[in-house]
Amino acid sequence: MAAKKEVDAISGVETTGHEWDGLKELNHPLPRWWLWTFYICIIFSVIYWVLMPSWPLLSDYTRGMRGHSQRALVGEEVAALQAARAEKGTALVDAELDAINSNPDLLQFAMANGRAAFGDNCAGCHGTGATGFVGFPNLNDDEWIWGGTLDQIRQTILYGVRSGNDDAHTGDMLAFGRDGVLDAAQVRDVASFVLSMSGGKGAEGADLANGQVVFEENCVACHGDAGAGNQELGAPNLTDNIWLYGGSIETVMETIQNGRGGVMPAWVDRLDEATIKSLAVYVHSLGGGQ
Amino acid sequence: MNRHAIFEKNSIVLTVGILVAVAIGGLVELVPNFYLKSTIEKVDGMRPYTPLELAGRDIYVREGCYLCHSQMVRTLRDEVERYGPYSLAAESMYDHPFQWGSKRTGPDLARVGGKYSDDWHVQHMNDPRSVSPASIMPGYPFLAKAVLDAESMTGHLKANAIVGVPYTDEMVAAAAADVMAQANPDAAEDLDGFEARYPNAVARDFDGNPEAVTELDALIAYLQMLGTLVDFKLYDGKADINLR
Repeated sequence: MAAKKEVDAISGVETTGHEWDGLKELNHPLPRWWLWTFYICIIFSVIYWVLMPSWPLLSDYTRGMRGHSQRALVGEEVAALQAARAEKGTALVDAELDAINSNPDLLQFAMANGRAAFGDNCAGCHGTGATGFVGFPNLNDDEWIWGGTLDQIRQTILYGVRSGNDDAHTGDMLAFGRDGVLDAAQVRDVASFVLSMSGGKGAEGADLANGQVVFEENCVACHGDAGAGNQELGAPNLTDNIWLYGGSIETVMETIQNGRGGVMPAWVDRLDEATIKSLAVYVHSLGGGQ
Repeated sequence: MNRHAIFEKNSIVLTVGILVAVAIGGLVELVPNFYLKSTIEKVDGMRPYTPLELAGRDIYVREGCYLCHSQMVRTLRDEVERYGPYSLAAESMYDHPFQWGSKRTGPDLARVGGKYSDDWHVQHMNDPRSVSPASIMPGYPFLAKAVLDAESMTGHLKANAIVGVPYTDEMVAAAAADVMAQANPDAAEDLDGFEARYPNAVARDFDGNPEAVTELDALIAYLQMLGTLVDFKLYDGKADINLR
């Protein structure tokens, strides 16, 4: 502090006592509220150091008196959430799938849980309304490639389709054309015959009688004598005019030419049992459950 | 009283003073992360990216995916519920640079591996609206046509090795062959060698086009690996060393 305070005559404000080429600076100290906020922040930080993890040390860091850990906290929150669901969740895990539909309380819980889990996990491929996309089945209709009972749906969700899981559904539609089993005319004829089974229109000039012969020689093993499909093998029903990849003659010919093998991931490692059961109940309820 | 005058009247002294003050703050914040054992968790399963995954990662960076997608499941209940276990520091220890991101216009991708089929990724990259009608993501149809430059991965592996990723000389030497082996395992000469070098790596034709190894192969290989390396059934999240 300067020995004597000098006050500027015009403004009546104290100066700092510094002088540069005859110019002097007025001394406006920081506002009190600002200073006190600053001091309180310093006090707060000291309290924070004491209570919370803060300073790094040589081999560890100060843990703070509260022993706070964000990871422990989220663990507790998730555990609390699971506990809140536990009563009904455990009942759900224990219940036979078929019994859930006749227990209104459990059904309501499974439907709510299933709808939320569907949005997070299934909607990406099957759509938010479960209407599917090209190559990703519509879950609202009556066509079930791998079976539409509660147990079959649960099985499919658990292990997926061609997912690499040991218990996954496997079985491919072979590439009859590409692998040289059928020539181009046969592919055209059998595709036209397949379309005719659901009243569709085949290719111009196709020989349906020959198509039927080719069908009986190559397709009935999986799709059945009448083309009604086989859920054990994931062979779709060809007579219901529901098409996973599209029902135009070009698409059906492409399917026979190159084969198909859509993949659904296994969820057994990603979702818990109660969630998978909820999803089975939810998907089963969407319209075409068997 | 006037000791600070030396700082006010001498710009060099002021500059050095600022440098020292900022450096202390920086050192206190940064240096402990390099020696504290609790910075990076000890986990089983982390391995360097395969050359194909690394190529996919480079495409991810090149196309700016990080601008809309994060790769960081935060320690928040709702995130763990939606995406899965929160991200560990160990999971990005071979990332140069990391792809945590700071904005989620699209969803977090830290645990996207295995969530969708390869077919889905092919369709989604070609035309996002074909599988997600409300998506605002741009399409990347050109990736399926761009043939991947497998030879260049040798240099990428070398560069990563220099900054500390444990790529061995053997891995660097086999980089180009490993790209082809992972994307086309049926025609691979040394598939066993590839699988020995990169445990748990998945080899298959990712983009559904067996004729060529494309940039789409690489990107899907990378996406399908994301978040799958650490087995959370074995990871002890409650151990004291892993809490922070």
